[in-house]
Amino acid sequence: MIDTVTNIILLTMLVLTALAIVRMERLFAVVMLSGVFSLLSALLFVTLDAVDVAFTEAAVGAGISTVLLLGTIALTKPVERRARHTAFIPFIVVLVTGAALVYGTLDMPAFGDPNAPAQIHVGPEYLARTPDDIDVPNVVTAILGSYRGYDTLGETAVVFTAGIGVLLLLSGLRRRREDEEEDQA
Amino acid sequence: MSKLLDLQFLAGHAHYLLFIVLMMTGLFIVVDKTNLVKKIVGLNIFQVSVFMFYVSIGKVTGGTAPIFPMDDKYHVDKEALVGIAYSNPLPHVLILTAIVVGIATTSLGLALIVRIRESFNTIDEEDILHIEQEMTRDDNRKYGNAMGGLA
Repeated sequence: MIDTVTNIILLTMLVLTALAIVRMERLFAVVMLSGVFSLLSALLFVTLDAVDVAFTEAAVGAGISTVLLLGTIALTKPVERRARHTAFIPFIVVLVTGAALVYGTLDMPAFGDPNAPAQIHVGPEYLARTPDDIDVPNVVTAILGSYRGYDTLGETAVVFTAGIGVLLLLSGLRRRREDEEEDQA
Repeated sequence: MSKLLDLQFLAGHAHYLLFIVLMMTGLFIVVDKTNLVKKIVGLNIFQVSVFMFYVSIGKVTGGTAPIFPMDDKYHVDKEALVGIAYSNPLPHVLILTAIVVGIATTSLGLALIVRIRESFNTIDEEDILHIEQEMTRDDNRKYGNAMGGLA
């Protein structure tokens, strides 16, 4: 019961933060609020028993992501211009999508149900076999590093590709700027 | 639809409803706002709400984080394991991977925004569309006849 109350309070705070991000026009405030959003979601991950996800989210979502966003607004403009179009059509799109998703959750098992299909399939198998197979106390580490190690390898490949992409996109930024200044002079 | 009026059903599904509200707030930012940095922030909100939704599927009432007790030789203490309920670790693993992939795509998107600002001197979608229409009009005026029609 107390868990549910905590979750609902955290989720309400998350919704309020998200609404503030919608309203805010100064991008610095938007970036800071997105950091707040990440930290609140990390708290929610702790109450959902996903402690590994929580500290990854706190480090990556509130840390690295905020730094990257701040760097971007430093290189671009810090203020958002108000949109010329009305918010009516986006609102309808969001409403219809939301209604479809709510309709989809009606068939889902209740939150925390120990007999839900997700809990009686392979999940218990990993929990039962980790002590003998891997002998690492943290099951998430055991699955991430051993049972599903290829996933982690693929993830590393994705990060590597993204890193190269960012470097290619941003390399020569200063050189092009200097060229531009010479042209203007 | 009558299910939505049932209190017990609503208590079991309130989390899902709130996750969907969060997701839709993120989607609204992506669709409605024209500033590209803000769109990325909206995308992040959407992404994190999907993560929360996914992790919530693995939650077991009365369960704890899937970390086993250890004995004094730093092995898993199998006797202490009995009778403890653990939440499903599988969604956690998948979402860990997804978070890292998410930051990779975010950084790529932000790098693209920096390049867009360099080329167009704005990061506003409507302004970029306007500039591109101007460019097409210019091209049509200059080369339209030579190419035998409008570009």
